[in-house]
Amino acid sequence: MMVLVVGAGRVGAAVAKSALAAGHTVSVLDEDPLSHERLDAGQATSWEDAGGRFTVGTAIEIDALLAAGVEEADVFIAATRGDNTNILVAQIAQRRYGVHNVVVRVLDPARADWYAEQGLHTICAVKLGVAMFEQAIADAAVS
Amino acid sequence: MYVIVVGGGKVGLNLARELIRNGQEVTLIEQDRRAYLRIEQELEHAVQYGDGTELWVLERAGIQRADLVVAVTGDDEDNILICQVAKEKYLCERIIARCNNPRNLQHFKLLGVQPAVSATDLILNLIEHEVPGHGLVHLLDLPDEELEIIEVEVAPGAPAAGCRVADLRLPEGSLIISVLPRGKSGFVPKADTVIEAGSEVLVVLDPGLEPQIMAQFAPGSRAA
Repeated sequence: MMVLVVGAGRVGAAVAKSALAAGHTVSVLDEDPLSHERLDAGQATSWEDAGGRFTVGTAIEIDALLAAGVEEADVFIAATRGDNTNILVAQIAQRRYGVHNVVVRVLDPARADWYAEQGLHTICAVKLGVAMFEQAIADAAVS
Repeated sequence: MYVIVVGGGKVGLNLARELIRNGQEVTLIEQDRRAYLRIEQELEHAVQYGDGTELWVLERAGIQRADLVVAVTGDDEDNILICQVAKEKYLCERIIARCNNPRNLQHFKLLGVQPAVSATDLILNLIEHEVPGHGLVHLLDLPDEELEIIEVEVAPGAPAAGCRVADLRLPEGSLIISVLPRGKSGFVPKADTVIEAGSEVLVVLDPGLEPQIMAQFAPGSRAA
């Protein structure tokens, strides 16, 4: 399976590494050439030697998406640090290139919910974090 | 009419100012605190502080009753998403988006964010129209009707230069509708009108005939 990860920050790089370790073909797109270091960190071999692909480019530039292999992608992960970039690029992957599995990182809970209703698979770390804090408070009250 | 303008840069602020002067009800949304404080001195309650891509900010501004949402921030992603939620979530009938990078126009179109206004494209069109000797200018494209109107300057030595309209060898599906001699007003030509080099002609044609038209009026020049 071909996984395209847009955004090689903490989240994107970690997801890309575990997908590669799980035996998938993985391509990473990020506008910062230095973000490549995060893919090499803690690995025995370089990202490319391990079989990974890395493309430098801006997420919403069509040429960059094509170079990173959006047309072959089975899974598309939008994990840049910008909600708006993620939501836009995910819809481009879904509507223009027909990628079936599009997963989007959205920090804003309200828009994570609304875009989920519109058919995007959104993952909201803020909502998950808030729920864990709430649980921690509830647990403290019981003990 | 109630108008929400997102983005308090030069475009957004001047737009809000003019709309207010014309008697419209306006809320401008600006996310930079310093810019907001500066604008607030002038516009007072007509400006709100916040990130216009967040739903609660739009709702606080009253997007549910807005007749028009105009997204003119410096970020195309933001402008696209503001207009997308305005249209699809809040069912706002009229939206206008600013496109900063013309290469992103395709994204506005893909997500149904229309009209998208690109200052770069507007200026490019003007340059195309103003720069002399540039060859061909598209005045009107009606893709659904399969019809175009172009303007072309007649080059010296072109097959059409010095030729009567009746003797022109124009392709089937094209017609000269106006001749604009240099420095004089334009007119509708007759069969015996002579086309002088340096004049401009307006031609109505089926799409795809530009190369044949250019071969007659301005061979060797670049088609736009």
